[in-house]
This record gives sequence, C-alpha cells and structure tokens, in this order.
Amino acid sequence: MSTLTEAPPPLAPAPAAERPPRRRGRRTPYWLLLPGILWLLVFFALPLVYQASTSVQTGSLEEGYKVTWHFAAYWDALHAYWPQFLRSVLYAGSATVLCLVLGYPLAYLIAFRAGRWRNLVMILVVAPFFTSFLIRTLAWKTILADGGPVVGALDSLHVLSVTNWLGMTDGHRVLATPLAVVCGLTYNFLPFMILPLYTSLERIDGRLHEAAGDLYATPLTTFRRVTFPLSMPGVVSGTLLTFIPASGDYVNSELLGSTNTQMIGNVIQSQFLRILDYPTAAALSFLLMAAILIMVTLYIRRSGTEDLV
Amino acid sequence: MTTTTTTAATRRTGERGDVRLTGIGKTYGSFTAVHPLDLTVPEGSFFALLGASGCGKTTTLRMIAGLEEPSSGTVHLGEQEVTHLPPYKRPVNTVFQSYALFPHLDIFENVAFGLRRRGIRSVKKQVGEMLDLVQLGEQARKKPHQLSGGQQQRVAVARALINHPKVLLLDEPLGALDLKLRRQMQLELKRIQTEVGITFVHVTHDQEEAMTMADTVAVMNAGRVEQLGPPTDLYENPRTTFVANFLGTSNLLTARTDSVTGEDLVVEAGACTLVLPRARCSAPTTTGGEVLVGVRPEKISLTHAEDADTIPDGRNRVTGRITSAGFIGVSTQYVVDSPVCPDFEVYAQNIDRDPRLVPGAEVVLHWNPAHTFGLDAAQSPLAGTAEDAAAGGEGTGAR
Amino acid sequence: MPLKTPLRWLRRNLVVLAGLFTLGYLLLPNVVVTVFSFNRPRGRYNYAWQEFSTEAWRQPCGVAGMCGSLSLSLQIAVWATLGATVLGTMIAFALVRYRFRARGPINSLIFLPMAMPEVVMGASLLTLFLNMGAQLGFWTVLIAHIMFCLSFVVTAVKARVMSMDPRLEQAAQDLYAGPAQTFLRVTLPIAAPGIAAGALLAFALSFDDFIITNFNAGSTVTFPMFVWGSAQRGTPVQINVIGTAMFLLAVVCVLGAMAVGNRRRRRTG
Repeated sequence: MSTLTEAPPPLAPAPAAERPPRRRGRRTPYWLLLPGILWLLVFFALPLVYQASTSVQTGSLEEGYKVTWHFAAYWDALHAYWPQFLRSVLYAGSATVLCLVLGYPLAYLIAFRAGRWRNLVMILVVAPFFTSFLIRTLAWKTILADGGPVVGALDSLHVLSVTNWLGMTDGHRVLATPLAVVCGLTYNFLPFMILPLYTSLERIDGRLHEAAGDLYATPLTTFRRVTFPLSMPGVVSGTLLTFIPASGDYVNSELLGSTNTQMIGNVIQSQFLRILDYPTAAALSFLLMAAILIMVTLYIRRSGTEDLV
Repeated sequence: MTTTTTTAATRRTGERGDVRLTGIGKTYGSFTAVHPLDLTVPEGSFFALLGASGCGKTTTLRMIAGLEEPSSGTVHLGEQEVTHLPPYKRPVNTVFQSYALFPHLDIFENVAFGLRRRGIRSVKKQVGEMLDLVQLGEQARKKPHQLSGGQQQRVAVARALINHPKVLLLDEPLGALDLKLRRQMQLELKRIQTEVGITFVHVTHDQEEAMTMADTVAVMNAGRVEQLGPPTDLYENPRTTFVANFLGTSNLLTARTDSVTGEDLVVEAGACTLVLPRARCSAPTTTGGEVLVGVRPEKISLTHAEDADTIPDGRNRVTGRITSAGFIGVSTQYVVDSPVCPDFEVYAQNIDRDPRLVPGAEVVLHWNPAHTFGLDAAQSPLAGTAEDAAAGGEGTGAR
Repeated sequence: MPLKTPLRWLRRNLVVLAGLFTLGYLLLPNVVVTVFSFNRPRGRYNYAWQEFSTEAWRQPCGVAGMCGSLSLSLQIAVWATLGATVLGTMIAFALVRYRFRARGPINSLIFLPMAMPEVVMGASLLTLFLNMGAQLGFWTVLIAHIMFCLSFVVTAVKARVMSMDPRLEQAAQDLYAGPAQTFLRVTLPIAAPGIAAGALLAFALSFDDFIITNFNAGSTVTFPMFVWGSAQRGTPVQINVIGTAMFLLAVVCVLGAMAVGNRRRRRTG
C-alpha cells in the first residue's frame, strides 16, 4: 500500500527561474529598518560628521565659518584644556570603581540573599530614577553642607584627613571639592552598575555555590573562583555604562564642585552655549568621543565580551 | 495490510486523502537535509517517520506542513497540489515539538484559535467537545504554563484536531514527557486516532514509540528512507544494517556464501555453518561472496556446552563463552564471546534458569534458521548503533 | 567564646550590611528631597532646614513657569516614547527575524548612541541644527529625544523577541492565521512586555534628560532645565514637591501592578 522508490537525484540543480517566488518579501527587513536607521543616520551619524568638519573650520560668528583644515584647533584645545580632560578621566574612573565596590554587594544581596524582599529592594533601586536627577543631585548640596552631620562624621572618622592627603578635599569641607563631584557621579550612575550586575548574578545557578563548597572551596574562594568570573559580563557592561556617561557629565561638577573641579563636559558646554567658539568646542567634543571609543574598544577586547547589544 | 478508513466526507466526493510526496527534497546551501524521495501515506493510517536526530524526518514533516519549502518535488494532499501553498492555506495541522502553545491565551482560546481564524463565530460547543475528548474540560480557563507536560501535550493535540485536518502532523510530540507518561500518551494518541480516523504522520526518534503506535513506519537515515513497512516486518526482516541496529538490537556476523540449496542459503562464518532463508537475504547471493548474517538476541537459546547433544538438529549453532550476565527481571541479558563475534548478545526469558550459566561458562548458542536474516556486507555493521552515533554519525539537517 | 558568635554573624552577613549601606546611599537624597518639600526656607535657596510648612504642597504650581515646563516635558516624553517605540520595535523585529546585508554596521549604529557621552551627542546635534538653520525648540528637542531613546528600545524589544519560540508563529500559521493575523494575534501580544519595558525606559530617559536637551532647546524650558535654572537663581520648594510626588507615584504604581499580578496568579493558580 505504502510505496517508496528513491527518485534519482536531479542531474543539475533546478534553474533559478523555475524556483517558486519566496513567500516572504525579501525587502521586508529593509522597510522595517528604514525609518529608524534613517533617523539615526541623520540625527546621530551625520551630526558627528558635521562636528568633525566644524572642528577644522576657522572664522567668526559674524563672518561665518569656512573649512580651512585648521587642525591646530585640536592641538590648541588639548593644550588649553588638558587638566579638564585629565580630571574627567580621573573623576569618572574613581566613580566607576566606587560604583563597582558599592554596587556589587547590593546586586549580590538582591540576587542571592534578599529572598521575598527581592522585588521590594529592586523597586527601591529603580524608583529614585523617577525623581528628576537634577533635584536629587541638588539634595547632595544639603547632605554635604559645611558643618552638617555627614561632613562632621567623616571628619571625626579621619576620612577627611585621608582625602585631604589625596587632594580630594581641602580642610573641613566636602562641598565644592573633587570628593563631592565623585560622590555625586557615583550616586548618579550607581543604578547603571547595579542592574547589569544583578542580571548576570541572577543567571548564576545557586547549585554552583554548593558544588564549589562541596569541592572544598571556602566562601571567599567560591566568590573569587566561581561567582565573580561568572558575573564578568555584568561587570564589563556595568563599568562601561557608568564610565561613559560619567566622563562626559558636567552637571555634578557644576552643581557640587567649583571652578577647580571642572570637567571636559563643562568646557564643551560653555564653549558651545556661552562663548560660542564652535571650532574649539567641536574639536574638544570630537577628542572626547575618540578617547572614549578607543578606551571602550580596548576594554571590550581585553575583557573578551564582544556582544553587549 | 493497512486498512484504509474512508470517512463519510471523502466517500461523498470520491476523493482520496492520501499524502503523496513525489521526488521531494531539501537542501540548505551545500548540505542535503532530505534526498529526493517518493512517499505515499494512505488516508486514515498512522504513519511514523523514524530516525535519529538530523536524519531529515522533521524537515520532511515540515515540508508537508508548509513550514519549509522543498527544493525539489511536489506535495499532494489527495488530488490537491499544495507544494507552494503557505501553511495557513493547507488543510493540515501540526502538533509541535514542545507544543508551542500560545502563552498569552488560555486553554480555551488556544484550542479555538484555528476556528476563529477561519471566521467561525460560535466555537463554544466545538471547543468544549474537543476538550472533553482529550479530558481537559475542567482546565479551559487556565493558562498553558499552569498545566503539566502531559496536559499541555493534549491541548496541542486538541488545538490541531479541532480543525478536522486531512492530515495531523506530530513532530516528536512525546519527546518532553517522562517515560511513564509517554507510554500512557502513546495509547491515548492511538485511541484518538482510531476515534477520529484522521491520517496521522508522526515523527519520532524512539523506535519503541514508532512500533507501538504506527501502522506503517518509514526508517530514515541521513536524508534517505532506508526501509518502509509495518513494524513487525521492519523488525523481523530488516534490509539494512541501520534498520537492524536502530530498531532493537541485532547480532551481525560476517560470513561467506557457501551454496544455495532450494529456498535456503548456506553460509560459512568462521568454523560454523549457518542456514538462512533466501527470501530473508537482501544481499546478492553469489557463491563465495560476503554477506552479513543477523539474528535478534531474543531468538537465541543458550545451552551449556555439557548439554550440547540435547539441541535438536536443524538449528544454527555457534559456540562461545559467557563474558557477562545481566539480570533485568523478565529476562537475563548475556554477552557471549564466540569465535565468530566477540560480543554476541542473547536475551533469555527467565523461565527455567540454568544455574551453570554464569560468566566463564562454555555455551552453545542455537536458533531457528527461519529467524536469520542476511544483509549486504558492503555496509558498515555498526550503522545505527550507539557507537555509530558517538562517532559522529549524527547530521545536523533537521531542525 | 561569647565574642565568636557575633563575629561569625558579622562575617556571614557582611555582604547584606554592605548592600544595605549602598541602598541607604541610593535613597538618602530622596529622603532629603521629601523632607525639604516641607521646609520654609529663609533665602532663595532650599538647602538648609528652617521650619515645617505644607505651603508648597498646597500650591504646587505657585512658582512661575514650573508647571508649564513640567507639562512640556510630559508632552515631549509622550511623543518621544511613541516615536522611539514604534521605530525601535520595527528595527528590533528586522534584526531578530530576518537575514540581510549590512547587519554589522547597523548593529554598530544602534550600539554607538549608548556608548557616546551625552555632551558629544548634544553638541554635535546642535552643530547640525545650526548648519541647517533650524529653529531650536520643541521639535529639535523631540528629534533629539527620539534619537537617543531609540537604541534603548531596540535593545529591550530585541531581547524579548529573541527569547520568543519561533514555533509559536509557525503554530499560528499552521492554524490558518495569515501573516497579518499571526503578527496581531501572536507575535505582538507575546512581544508586548519587551515593548512596554522599552517604552517605559524611553519615557524615563526622555523625561529626565537634561544634557542633550540643554544643547538643543533654544529658549524652550523643559522641567529638568527649569530645575537647572533654579539652581542658579534660587530653588523653590515646589521642585521638591514635584520630585517627591513623582517618586511616590512610581512606587505606588509598581506596588499596585505587583498586587494585581499576585492576585491574578493566586486566582488562576
């Protein structure tokens, strides 16, 4: 009843014309991509090109600008503003390290120890987002006010003498010092560290801890050899999500710092919006972008996680 | 041997609902998932496509469903050609591997999905009846994730069957269930199929499942159908080493054809002379040519060497020494080291256990020549065994 | 001996204590914002505690321009969310569901805005607008917001669509749903949580954005810009009221959603 014969294999593959038309349009993905990608090209990529060209222009607001391949703008900008560049890297770097040190225990707590409080703690981490970050940053002015309880406590615990020695504070003040700026940056970007850390910690199978314990690892060794390596993707994306915005930030420096704590973001902002020296501002902005892209690329290469998107 | 159940609908139109695949094949780039093959599934039958993962069975099924477009050949459902019809225009429904129940819809809406898409308004009665058929009337308002694996499986069957397809395609439908539930669902599916009389095409890698449920089994390997027939036929008379090993276990010995006497073939394996019916030999029978002689482990009787003279005449005999004996309740599995085959497997029913049959004992294996089969020696005697799979015999074709 | 037990307890719960310290660090400013929304400051700045008052809560719009900027921010956030969600969802589907050329460059184009400091994006977009001679205001801000929210929506939706079993759509097709029906009845409902997450993120990012907005707003004032300006001219208590209200609203919404989810689970479970 059931019949089977093996048909001889066709001598040549069927010519393309005979093949039925594909059911799904080949162009569908392009139509789906078109509007969004166009948006990004016009309003993200094209501006970067414009900015690059602006950076090598000379002229003035009144007479208009011309592209004169004035690369000296880069040299001048770097020469004039290298302290701000350096500060950006230092402040953002310290804030990133602080975020990791502060954020890791909290992410660990939510992932493994919070139990039925997990959702509540999670909400508490995310909820501050809904209060404008500027309002929250202004609150640090109150918290770190001169002679306030926080500063008093830091002083009596001799934390301030350590930071004084490091050049982070000056005397008995915290406000308007580098420490305040780093504090603000840390606070602002802490959730961006905690969330990726939590995501990668949460994926770790709890039985791995038991297995490590079973194989004679102390809790500390378990953490060093098992938990931390497995959370590396979270550490990498968390540090990037913290460092990148922190290095370009100027809000914390402006609100909590002084003229001596200006970062590169402050310079770009004021050159663009107040001094209206567009070529210098564009050159600085371009340098910042290049520096960050290079650092990020090196970092991703080193840590071996290519797929962040 | 397969009795075709003709339903009232097809009798009226005089149309037969066979599934006919003609020269159908599928290639992905340079990889051939399914070699062009012809296959007819008679209406009303329970048809199984059996093979290891990557053998092309799922691809074949998906080409019937319309989820995969064949690179060559045609698909007919009855008189209608459906080769290039999209899945939503084919009178065919599928029970997916791991069920693919819509997680955002409850059980009722899952089952009603097909009816609603065809514009049927009053679905309540039909869905209710269908849920009763699969014994899930109580669970109608639950979400899929609240059901057990077996229940989800029944929902998947109900969701497909409610559309009265010409053919129901089942893609490893029991793969995710544990052994006991799988047994139960095999019987359940068989019952449903008998009840509704729809053609079932069932893809599985579990030979026992295929043999229990199907009227006809097609064994596939590396994109080709190796053999097709009723389960007993495939088991008793395999025609390739793959079928011999994949369906149950076979002892295969290399032998040389000695002579042909009437209906029988006499072969020499080492020092032993064995006899097998010519009709059961799929290899060319030239005198002096090599042939693989096979026999199933449970057909063999085991007698201690001291009692060798009690064995009746006319049986094939092989001598050897027991190397291991495994007691598994209903039977004992012996492995015997013999000059013709270093690990001859024998399954002996535990009726009268001879206490002398322990590892190290010298024994005579003997069996009825009618249970012997012959295969072409040009194939690998290991095809279809676990070693073969471990050595990389698995392809990557079917997804 | 008696010292050993508290020490062991401390060692075992060190991570919990450290985590709670961080949580306190995160929440302290919100506490301050809330407390100072009841302050009656002497000068123009609301940084030092003077005396208790509910005045600001009784007149939340008592400051010139604040509620206007708030409603402008909300409008921009709604439109930016809508735009970014539609465009981002389309991109996410194209990326997950189709094979096509230029995949690598497109992935980079989506990743880069997330890896770019906001000053760079804001400043470069300003150069574009200046070169085009565009009038800075509502529209330039909206364009900028859609631009930087887009990538985040793509990421959120992509994750969801990627984890979706393609067999679900095949099952729908098998059950007589054409492409449009399959999308509406199966794909979209299952992708909905991802789309919602993306939209929520876009709303939060847009509503709270200051740096990019500051570059491209011209004389338009959004709520973050109002706060920024008031940091220079004097901070009214009302901004604390708004901050506190938003925080409470968010917590209540989330807790409510969780309660509803729990009850539904219990009822059907």
